Amino acid sequence: MADKKDKREELIDIDISDSGHAYENRQEIYYNDNVGGRAVFVDSKEQYDPDEPYNDQVYIPEKDRDKAPILEVKGLGIDFGGLTAVDNFNLTLGRTEIGGLIGPNGAGKTTIFNMLTKVYEPTRGEIFFDGKSTKGMNTVDINKAGMARTFQNIRLFDKLTVEENIKVALHHTTNYGLIDGMLHTPKYRHEEFRIRKEAMKYLKIFGMTKTADYRAGSLPYGAQRRLEIMRALATKPKLLLLDEPAAGMNPSETSELMETIKEIRDRFQIGIFLIEHDMSLVMGICEGIVVLNYGRTIAKGSAKDIQSNPKVIEAYLGKSRGKMDEEEKAEDLEEALSKGKLESAPSGKPDRKEGE
Amino acid sequence: MAERILKNIRIGGLKNAVKGNDYRKEATISYGILIGGYILLQILTAAGLIGHNLQGQFVPICVYISLAVSLNLVVGISGELSLGHAGFMAVGAFSGILMSRILLQSMSFEPAILIISMLFGALMASIAGFIIGIPILGLRGDYLAIVTLAFGEIIRNFMNVLYFGFVDGKLRFAFNHTIEGIEDTDRIITGAIGATGTKTMASFTWGLLLCLFTVFIVLNLKNSKQGRAIMSIRDNRIAGESIGLDVRKYKLMAFVVSAALAGMAGCLFGLNYSTLVPIKFNFNTSVLVLVFVVLGGVGNMWGGIIAATLLTILPETFRQFADYRMLTYAIVLILVMIGTYNPAIKSRVNALFSKIKPKKKKDDGKVKKKKSGKEGA
Repeated sequence: MADKKDKREELIDIDISDSGHAYENRQEIYYNDNVGGRAVFVDSKEQYDPDEPYNDQVYIPEKDRDKAPILEVKGLGIDFGGLTAVDNFNLTLGRTEIGGLIGPNGAGKTTIFNMLTKVYEPTRGEIFFDGKSTKGMNTVDINKAGMARTFQNIRLFDKLTVEENIKVALHHTTNYGLIDGMLHTPKYRHEEFRIRKEAMKYLKIFGMTKTADYRAGSLPYGAQRRLEIMRALATKPKLLLLDEPAAGMNPSETSELMETIKEIRDRFQIGIFLIEHDMSLVMGICEGIVVLNYGRTIAKGSAKDIQSNPKVIEAYLGKSRGKMDEEEKAEDLEEALSKGKLESAPSGKPDRKEGE
Repeated sequence: MAERILKNIRIGGLKNAVKGNDYRKEATISYGILIGGYILLQILTAAGLIGHNLQGQFVPICVYISLAVSLNLVVGISGELSLGHAGFMAVGAFSGILMSRILLQSMSFEPAILIISMLFGALMASIAGFIIGIPILGLRGDYLAIVTLAFGEIIRNFMNVLYFGFVDGKLRFAFNHTIEGIEDTDRIITGAIGATGTKTMASFTWGLLLCLFTVFIVLNLKNSKQGRAIMSIRDNRIAGESIGLDVRKYKLMAFVVSAALAGMAGCLFGLNYSTLVPIKFNFNTSVLVLVFVVLGGVGNMWGGIIAATLLTILPETFRQFADYRMLTYAIVLILVMIGTYNPAIKSRVNALFSKIKPKKKKDDGKVKKKKSGKEGA
């Protein structure tokens, strides 16, 4: 930190002398170093200033703009002891949007899912699901409100059959009490018949009718993934969270999964928010993509925006030493501006600032 | 129905898959064993092949079967270890005896008294289960087992200081001291001496009915939305919460239903003896019932029925070794655990069996092949 401060003071001194020159210089160095520069790892705290607000969080695909968003997240953050795992995460998700959440390993993606579903209670920030704050809700309430999820490491009810796994998810729509359940009254038989048909409907949609009587834990991997998505869908959610649905799948399975996800959205008209490392899937079907790095949102936009966003490229490929210095220069320039040490702002802001 | 999204799962992918629980089969076997065993024992008794001592064990066997099946609801279906089952049995026994004595003052029709007493015992035991369950069901695994053990002992010790009796035709109770002005014949429960002067009403037929009722309730519950919820929480708590299942509610449900059934069994047990001491319901009885469950296979109802029967009859038959009973249980339990959970021993046992019966008939061979395939999975 001390080192950084020294650099800052040095830079401010230089910048004050000639603002225009400094700006030109900056551009030049930026391009030069970016071409010839070497990618290096940098510390998260140095990379992003916590006080720096993230503005561009309200991207929604056009078709959903006339409807209220299904999910709004403002300034979400969580600390584990002294470690800030996620900080200032913002998101607006359209009602029938397929949203993607990407970021390097350890960026906090699953932690965000866990906060959305209240497995973890967020330390800061607010979550509005379907227009209502989820404050004070627990995991069960969240599901009842209409948010269902799958897990990165498959979590099925292994000893139950495939059909039973879906029937459990239909629990709240099954309408009989404990006495009916213990005595198998006509009401029980009627309801069981109904949910059996409904469970079979889901199995048919996903082409798994043959597996109905098998134990979920003994199914092949791909079928288990499908079943987990089915089970989440059977709770009739408004928003489906998928945690790495394509993990461990080969390219043909992944493309099949992409079709499935699209089909689910079209058929059930729900929002889908997914974490995925497979870029072909994310870029292929996600209408809005959030990029996370070191627990902070660095961009949200369409696939095209994201691919050309320098901050994203930086997060994935690292950045050059020279560029880092330049960014600090830019920050210091702004600092200097706000303090009124400069008389006029440099003409024209660099394009890359828009993404911040 | 619209077109399918995905291609059907190929059958080849299911070659290692295992079929799920067949509820109808399980129920048929359970009821079959109970009714078949009842008829067999009745015939043997009529033929005079069963000694007096063993005949006296018929009702306890039925009670232990019910206890094993009801404990299986907690251990097998809910997946939590409970070591306080004898406590609920005690609550059911003493409250049932109390109710029977009260009813006997105004009624003389025994079956009605027995049924009402058993229902009352079940009610009191379920209340006890509820009160105990609320604070402890946030715990998991070993911690829950330890606390249930403690509560089982608390219930028994509570019974040790409880006094009930009639004074001038009115029901009175006291803690830790005798009731003033009470006649010996009007005592119902006398602290550590227990219940005395109980009119015995239990019979083998009632025992069978109790077993059938317990199995009926537990198997039905297993194949209902509540049972599925309980089992899914057992299989994966986090996933259960994520699909909106209230973990505590369903754990408590299993616990309370199990306690109620144990109370009912306890009541029949109490009404089988004219004198019943609270020390009967100590930790050993809880472990005994747990042994039935584990030996019969956790979650396997008919296995528990057979284990309860055998482990009650055998010590009676080999009375001279009765002192070593608990020791034998420990050894048997350890062997069962090693045998069922150790893959090396399991495969050796399988190999041994296939050597014993190498080739018999074509059908046998086919069955064996299928079986070994499943076990390989």
